[in-house]
Amino acid sequence: MTLSSTLRRAFAGPANIALSLATLSILALILPPLFGWAVTHAVWQGDMETCRAASGACWAFLQAKARFILFAFYPAEQLWRPVLVVMALLVLMILSTLPRLWGKALLTLWPITLLSAWWLMAGSGPLPRVSVNDWGGLPVTLLVWTTCMAFALPTAVLLALARQSRMGGLRSLSVAYIEVMRATPMVAILYFAMLILPMALPNGIILDKIARATIMTALFFTAYLAEVVRGGLQTIPAGQAEAASALGLGYWRTVQLIVLPQALNKVIPGLVNLAIGFLLATSLLAVIGVFDLLNAAKASTTDPAWMGFYDEAYIFAALIYFVLCFGGSRYSLWLERRLQRH
Amino acid sequence: MSNLSIFGKAGRALAAAAVAAATLPTVASAGPTLDRINERGVIKVGVGTTPGFFAPDSNGKWQGFFIDYGRALSIAVFGTPDKVEFTSSSPQQRLPALQAGEFDVLLSGVTVTTTRAFKLGFHFGPTVFYDGQAILARKDLGVTSAAELDGATIGVQSGTTGELNIADFFRKTGKQFTPVTIEDTSEFLSALETNRVDAITQDSSDLVGKLQQLKDPSAYVLLPERLSKEPLAPAIVGGDDRWLEIINWTVYATIQAEEWGITQANVDEFLKSEDPAIQRFLGVDPSFAQDIGLDPKWAYNIIKTVGNYGEIYDRNLAPLGWERGYNQLWTKGGLLYSPPFR
Repeated sequence: MTLSSTLRRAFAGPANIALSLATLSILALILPPLFGWAVTHAVWQGDMETCRAASGACWAFLQAKARFILFAFYPAEQLWRPVLVVMALLVLMILSTLPRLWGKALLTLWPITLLSAWWLMAGSGPLPRVSVNDWGGLPVTLLVWTTCMAFALPTAVLLALARQSRMGGLRSLSVAYIEVMRATPMVAILYFAMLILPMALPNGIILDKIARATIMTALFFTAYLAEVVRGGLQTIPAGQAEAASALGLGYWRTVQLIVLPQALNKVIPGLVNLAIGFLLATSLLAVIGVFDLLNAAKASTTDPAWMGFYDEAYIFAALIYFVLCFGGSRYSLWLERRLQRH
Repeated sequence: MSNLSIFGKAGRALAAAAVAAATLPTVASAGPTLDRINERGVIKVGVGTTPGFFAPDSNGKWQGFFIDYGRALSIAVFGTPDKVEFTSSSPQQRLPALQAGEFDVLLSGVTVTTTRAFKLGFHFGPTVFYDGQAILARKDLGVTSAAELDGATIGVQSGTTGELNIADFFRKTGKQFTPVTIEDTSEFLSALETNRVDAITQDSSDLVGKLQQLKDPSAYVLLPERLSKEPLAPAIVGGDDRWLEIINWTVYATIQAEEWGITQANVDEFLKSEDPAIQRFLGVDPSFAQDIGLDPKWAYNIIKTVGNYGEIYDRNLAPLGWERGYNQLWTKGGLLYSPPFR
């Protein structure tokens, strides 16, 4: 789309002209003061006093607080570990987006990367231990999210198959699980993980807060994902499975070779959409005191040396969330178009 | 012999009990919480996030008034200030989490109330901070006391007891007011700055911090009335008397040190003091601490590391504009009073 064609469309007809003018005047009202705040009057270097004296944004605050917002209480001399975890998880996600790589190698790469990431964060053997209490920021957000997805997707496929199964007991169990989970708010699930789960665990098994929250969140996500997968399964005509069984294929071979590949392809936009929603939902971990990215941003504003720069802290966190989510949605569009071509 | 016989069996049992009581160790055995702490090697402390009281600094280390008391407890139990783990906990979740054993002690500014003591079974250490609900008003209203407020629009934080207290207060004064419930912290401030409300009401500990975050603090005045009593104290689960005593006397040690004028800087000079009470306190005479089962240097180490009450206060709260108010020694007209160390 060229500039001239955009212009032509924006000013075609009185209704479009009115809309375009309205949009332009609103932008003219908003942009100059925003630019003044974010650039012209902004403070790039200094301390709280210099920022208080200025009328613009305090980017010096972010310079001082970026480390805390990104990594929270993680010890400074071990900072390479969460940095490596973030990079590894981002690479893993980028690799997973390429259809060319979908296969066994990627399936083994996921658990290996996730296990190493948890080990890197916690430390044992040659690495000094870092208490889960000190974890926080971006690595926690990404780690909880990817771990939940890795657990939820395969489990959701099984649940969706169970819900379509002809075995009545299995079907009712699956329906009961999905409906109970979907009828419960995520905050209630997190409180359950925080307060009730420790009492329900057998004696001697102590799971830390983040592990408990991850398990419960993964179980929660599973129910939602299962419904998306079921939507895909329903689009496959029963005749295909019948034909496969006439050819002598067993149930699992039929599912693996015929049903699932088609069903999952159909629901990719739904899956990506849900994944983005879950990324944002991980910020609810704050209610049980986990310093995820958003909570760390909020806590960074309470330091008496840098008090009350809410706007800057939230903008920083919002940008990170935006990059991840926008990347996800563009990817989903690209993938849809690519799959349509085939 | 014949004398004893008239008491018969009961007399002998009583005598045996008296002997047993006399030979009981003077140090009570550690209770469940203290056992757990010793086994773990670290004290788990629940805190919040409020400037001055508890906030992470740019290096990802907790700092604040209550944080220093957490470090003091670590010194009393382990002899070093770093065997303590701080976890932030929201006001809704902190008491259930304490009950569930997630924390050994809450230093998150819990108000001592009858319900919490009787019905919920929490035990409280000494009040370390006397707080109360206050009103922060615009100066141009021209009022110097809350009783003069009439027809004012007042912002209250939703979901707090503040809503009830302010309504009760105005019922008593017989004046009119319009409450505006506001959820979020940053919105609380902007409501005042944009003249949406004439005043805001919250615990004075929150208001003093907020005053500093306003663009022009001199345009506002903190009215002298306190609409409620909010004594903030360490909270623990009942059933571990020795743990409670350690908390009690750790707090008393900081108060007593200020009364004697013992500071971080001059504590070593006081080691030469001829005063037997100070000798007992600082462990120059080790028999006293041995009797109570603590390290003879526990109080010395606390003062040397975090300072006396006044120093803890001045370091964390004075820079935010706090005056001592009720939180002053009884000898100076305040409410802080330590029982004798003997």
